[in-house]
Amino acid sequence: MFYREAGQYKTSYQADQALFPIRQDQIGIVLILAVAFILVPLMASTFVIDSVLIPVLIYSLAAIGLNLLTGYTGLLSLGTGGFMGVGAFACYKLATFFPGINVIVLIICSGFLAAAAGIVFGMPSLRIKGFYLAVATLASQFFLSWCFIRIPWLYNYNVSASIEVPTRTLFDIPITGPNATPVTRYLIVLTIVAVMTWLASNLIRGRIGRTWMAVRDMDIAAELIGIKLYPTKLLAFAVSSFYCGVAGAMLVFLWLGNAESESFSINQSFLILFMVIIGGLGSLLGSFFGAALIFGLPIVLRMIRGALGLSMTSATLEHINFITLGILIIFFLIAEPAGLARLWQIGKQKLRVWPFPY
Amino acid sequence: MHLLYQIFIDPFVQMGSAPDLLVQTLWEGLVSGVLYALIALGFVLIFKASGVFNFAQGIMVVFAALTLVGLYAHGVPAFLALALTIGVMFVLALAIERFMLRPLVNQPDIILFMATFGLTYILIGFGELIFGGDPKIMIADQLLLPSGSYSVKMLGGFVQMQKIDIAAAIIASLMVAALAVFFQKTRIGRALRAVADSHRAALSVGISLEYIWVTVWFAAGIVALATGIMWGARSNVSFALEIIALKALPVLILGGFTSIPGAIVGGVIIGVGEKLGEFYWGPLLGSGIESWLAYVIALVFLLFRPQGLFGERIIERI
Repeated sequence: MFYREAGQYKTSYQADQALFPIRQDQIGIVLILAVAFILVPLMASTFVIDSVLIPVLIYSLAAIGLNLLTGYTGLLSLGTGGFMGVGAFACYKLATFFPGINVIVLIICSGFLAAAAGIVFGMPSLRIKGFYLAVATLASQFFLSWCFIRIPWLYNYNVSASIEVPTRTLFDIPITGPNATPVTRYLIVLTIVAVMTWLASNLIRGRIGRTWMAVRDMDIAAELIGIKLYPTKLLAFAVSSFYCGVAGAMLVFLWLGNAESESFSINQSFLILFMVIIGGLGSLLGSFFGAALIFGLPIVLRMIRGALGLSMTSATLEHINFITLGILIIFFLIAEPAGLARLWQIGKQKLRVWPFPY
Repeated sequence: MHLLYQIFIDPFVQMGSAPDLLVQTLWEGLVSGVLYALIALGFVLIFKASGVFNFAQGIMVVFAALTLVGLYAHGVPAFLALALTIGVMFVLALAIERFMLRPLVNQPDIILFMATFGLTYILIGFGELIFGGDPKIMIADQLLLPSGSYSVKMLGGFVQMQKIDIAAAIIASLMVAALAVFFQKTRIGRALRAVADSHRAALSVGISLEYIWVTVWFAAGIVALATGIMWGARSNVSFALEIIALKALPVLILGGFTSIPGAIVGGVIIGVGEKLGEFYWGPLLGSGIESWLAYVIALVFLLFRPQGLFGERIIERI
């Protein structure tokens, strides 16, 4: 009844190609951003901001990165954790070398280093396809995590082999390190994620995104219509790793505070792949849904358990968590293989014709 | 210059000067290769017959071994426990088919791949819940597997060979031979290959998907059990074994996803390459290169043959 585009006439191509062509969507996105930027920092508790909202946003960005590669270009990658690690360690080294430069600039720069790593490890992708490529990207994952342990230079010869985030400020307000308040860090994460999501959505609507999707749908056919496969695939690897690298740097600098090789293990890669698949391949919105679901599930399970007042040892609970998570993954795949983003689309379509579906 | 010498000359000098050590390293590589191949075999079996990349194979190995040891610990005689474990793997295959595969017929490969991740979590949870997370000792003696070792004198030194390793090699070869015959010669084997090509086409010529899937997951379960016994006899049975699945993946891409002999050849190449690399070049690069060396070896082969050494040639049509 309210969500309907009837009567909204487009008089120019520009209006037709807008990111949100429907007025209700425009209002909706402004509302969401207003809530996220103004209401949440004022209302939400520190706990919610620090242990739910910040990580979900960061993981969403990583999921967007992987989605650009797997969902839009069709290249299955299991090396996400490694590329996130490159971003984090690069940011740490840059912060050591250039203490005067603003840390936000450094976080973005570390993304470029991760992109370089992505190009190197994406090179086999021209010849290797499908699951073979997935296993080949595992090579990058294992090699990079080995580097994070065995090259002491990367963590400044720290005895604990971990990187500690130094305190850095923006307008004299600490934004990283132990003194930064969760609200400040939340606002910075939110800004970076919002801007990068906006960039990604424009990227995939443009020529580059279309070539990626052509390659995904069938790479030989794409080559026949004049798309150069190798640069396209490498660009996808580079952009994807850029996003993952920025996400990794933010994960350490704006959330964890310190990290080691283990923080960027193979499990991290799998986790982000789950988010992409459950959220929906080839959907930016899905990346947010997937991150929220996969990250939120354990928290929700813990709350349900608390509400039921079950008394079990923590080990047993951990195992039951595992089982529940497994069952839910299979359940979601069976219920909607195209992901949560598809459910959202169906819901929107229903809303459009409600209350008179005929 | 010195570095080049260390990389290209020195290891070979070492090999030449102590040939018995070289043979020992080769043998160890061969054995670990056979064991990798056993896990890879489980992957190949399911991939070949249903097109599913079964990530849960590693945890199935642990689950089978844990069930066997757990049953024995509760006083069930060893061979009865073995039979019961096979029964459990059959029930597992039935459950997987009914609750996971049947609702996902004709979905893209990546969805099925993800579903096996879910299965992995479920099996980890159940395994730890029922049997506990602490390492257990495999009942190798009770299953009449040999223990002890031969010491063979050759090339001016002694080469140690564990009897259990020899047994593992023999069992692996027998299983590969049996599976190869099963796939190539029997009626079910042909049906399996048809299903792998296309679910829909197989259904339309009257192949029962349910029956095929239960069969193949059951076969993979038995391979998992054999693998679990062999790995368990060498180290302990614990969830740490799960990571060996990740070790089997380079074997898999090297040999080709669809080839049973490929799994064995790939396993041996990876096993030997890994041990040689670790032993002769490892000190140069720092320890722990085992974790990625296998993948790099596989990648090098893959650059020349993108479908693996023995994989079916990938034919792409518009």
